[in-house]
Amino acid sequence: MTATEASARDGLRDRLSASLERFDRQRVALYALLVGLVAFYLSPLWGGLTTAFKTQTGFVRTTPLAPPTPEWFTVEPWELAFQTVQGGLVNSVTFVVPATILSALLGSLAAYGLTKLSWRGQVGILVLFLAGVFLPYQSVLVPLRQFWSAVGLESWLAFAPFLAERADLIELTITHTAYGIPICTILFRSYYKTMDDEMIEAAKIDGASAFGIYRRIIFPLSLPMFAVALIYQFTQIWNDLLFALVLVSTRSNYVVTQSLNELQGSMSQEYNIQMAGAFIAALPTIVIYVVFGRQFAKGITGAS
Amino acid sequence: MDFDIRRVFERLPRVSRGDGSSSETSGESSDSGATVCTDGGTASPSTATPSTTTDETDRVSRLRHSDFVQAIPFWLPPAILVGLFVYGAVSWNLLISLTDWSGLAQPEYTDLTLEMYTQMPGDPSFVAAFRNTIVLLIAFTVVSLAVGLVLAILVDQNIRFENTFRTIYLLPMALSFVVTAIFWSWMYNPSTGTINVVLSTIGLDFLTMDWIGDPRTRLAAIIFALTWQFSGYAMVVYLAGLRAIPDAHYEAAKVDGASTFRMYRRVIVPQLSAATTSAAVVLMVFALKAFDFIFVMFGDTPGRSADILAVMMFRVAFSRTEWAYGAAIATVLFLMALSVVAPYLYMQYKRGDL
Repeated sequence: MTATEASARDGLRDRLSASLERFDRQRVALYALLVGLVAFYLSPLWGGLTTAFKTQTGFVRTTPLAPPTPEWFTVEPWELAFQTVQGGLVNSVTFVVPATILSALLGSLAAYGLTKLSWRGQVGILVLFLAGVFLPYQSVLVPLRQFWSAVGLESWLAFAPFLAERADLIELTITHTAYGIPICTILFRSYYKTMDDEMIEAAKIDGASAFGIYRRIIFPLSLPMFAVALIYQFTQIWNDLLFALVLVSTRSNYVVTQSLNELQGSMSQEYNIQMAGAFIAALPTIVIYVVFGRQFAKGITGAS
Repeated sequence: MDFDIRRVFERLPRVSRGDGSSSETSGESSDSGATVCTDGGTASPSTATPSTTTDETDRVSRLRHSDFVQAIPFWLPPAILVGLFVYGAVSWNLLISLTDWSGLAQPEYTDLTLEMYTQMPGDPSFVAAFRNTIVLLIAFTVVSLAVGLVLAILVDQNIRFENTFRTIYLLPMALSFVVTAIFWSWMYNPSTGTINVVLSTIGLDFLTMDWIGDPRTRLAAIIFALTWQFSGYAMVVYLAGLRAIPDAHYEAAKVDGASTFRMYRRVIVPQLSAATTSAAVVLMVFALKAFDFIFVMFGDTPGRSADILAVMMFRVAFSRTEWAYGAAIATVLFLMALSVVAPYLYMQYKRGDL
């Protein structure tokens, strides 16, 4: 080893130890804490995922958070869980998508009518909308059930057997649309309030109608807020169990949370199947959350 | 497209000079600019006499009136839906709670009584559920706010991968109560669940127990799991609050020689009261809605030790078909939410945030 080589290595060592000294101890503690919290927040998901790949004996014999050994590895829980929840997945998609779009659209129209077209008394109506955001759904369940049985949607739809069979899901669509309007209105209103009025006034001078202004100026400009509202509403409606319990009675119309609840009840000790089902049911919202995290956060804080 | 948005921009300066008024009706051409643009008053020809001011207000009120008429088709249909499903339903619920409707028959609205409400204090399961709801409401909100505040402060330390940390702490909020209930009933399983396995691994064997089976720990276990799910929400709200505090406040505290802990306690956290209030209101509403979670964990017969009003209401109305009593419990829940939300909305209204 030559002298120059040795001194070069010494120099490197010096620099390294110097930078280590600079490395704040508090910083290390901070990152340790953050990573520990990550472990805490992810442990149910990680545990669920590993459990879903273990055989029944596998998850009893292994530590809960350990990944499955080849001996206990299986994908069978996923197949079994999918068989149980697949009908629910399809039903959920068919009502969640229209309810999401309708509530966002109606919320945006309401916000436009209550913000950009100004008139006295609009704040009063807004407060009525806002209060709807905080409504505990328990306080409307009995009337809701009475209302829909009084309407008798199924007999109205008798002309189209395909729709009549799915009357439960149509009721669910309308109900979720109605209860989604308040939060969507608030989201769009907070957005419209920051929007410049000059363009709208100029369009008025141009003779554009109120609807024309909405269609050609407001709607295109509110697309970012539509992303927020659609993501928020999709997550909320997809995840709801309560309204489905009250309104969906036909088994073939069960939505995904209902079929997951059934799975949980019927396979009470088979955690691997339950976990696989939970992941299948949660996949759409997890994907949306990971891809659109910023819009998701904006949506959930919109009401505050 | 026959209507180019750029034309709207081009038109703006012309309008502000006060010569674009021909499209509107009134004869006073010079002052129309004042109503449509921000700097109209200064740019329009100096005909500003007292009489034109009255014309202006007249014109403004006429414009406002036409706005009112034009706005109706936009807000009325959503308002009808909200009126019907929110206010109509809540009123109907109140009416049902004043009947003695139960079983399969239809409700009779002729002979109204307060009986459903007067029987509540004597119903031990109602008293237990009411008490649990209050405990859950307060404990969950306080714990979630505290955890959320700590998370927000940690994440706010100029750390690397801030986005990743935030995303992970908020992730449980994307999951449904059904999914989290399944995860946590597994976590709490006395023999194969993570909580007990971890506790015995780190030598705390004496702490292992049947967390959700044991009535003494059941409510705490529920609160713990709900905190896991919603503390990320409090974090997001607090982060926004922290980011709104000017750097100068941190620096002033540092110059005064305050330790980090003292700085947060004395200078920063007191400025987060608005964030605390709004997060607390929303968390309380989450807690009142925590039905799905408990329903999936225990079914609708959880026993008194973890029964909350939301679950009891469902059981009483939909399993036992005591509709009137269920509606009365629902009204209590509604009043609880109202007593939290109404002062909050009034405060926001006073601050001009509405």
